[in-house]
Amino acid sequence: MLNLAVLMAMLLLGVALMLNAWRLFSGPEATDRILALDTLYINAAALIVLYGISIGRPDFFEIALLIALLGFVSTMALAKFLLRGDIIE
Amino acid sequence: MIATLVDALTAALILLGAAFALIGSVGLVRLPDIFTRLHGPTKATTLGVGSILLGSILFFSARHGLSLHEVLVTLFLFLTAPVSAHLIARAALHRHCKSLAPPPEDSDHHARVHSDKQ
Repeated sequence: MLNLAVLMAMLLLGVALMLNAWRLFSGPEATDRILALDTLYINAAALIVLYGISIGRPDFFEIALLIALLGFVSTMALAKFLLRGDIIE
Repeated sequence: MIATLVDALTAALILLGAAFALIGSVGLVRLPDIFTRLHGPTKATTLGVGSILLGSILFFSARHGLSLHEVLVTLFLFLTAPVSAHLIARAALHRHCKSLAPPPEDSDHHARVHSDKQ
């Protein structure tokens, strides 16, 4: 039962990733694209955690933590670049 | 008995979380302007990923003893989602992105900004 649930959840997250990618490619403004990238990062972290559950190994959370960390930093850098025209002033 | 119960609870949490993440992404695609689009990913998706991580905590705690590593990821996501949403909203304001909301009536600042733009 749990395997089926994990498979279903992976399917739902895959659809969510495709919707994010659509917004990433067709977003009318740069801020829309940044928001879509941020959501992509978070959903990818969730997908990695689900994969860890499905093969039963508990050390996939570190990858999820790394992805979340890099996603936050890159979102901040991109938004800062749009705001100020520079990242490190 | 307990194992079945834990598995059922984990499955429910995972499915709920994935559904919330999907709802957040649908909001990202369907909502009309950037300021409304910010709501979907920052609220629904964060809640969904939190639910998936809760399911992961339950699953691994039942098998390998208490494991609270995933709380780190949850805490980090719940702390950083508002910060990145704030920065994106500020960037959108700075770039004068199209907004559905009418400007406030008695605001000099908005009048100035819009006359500058035209």
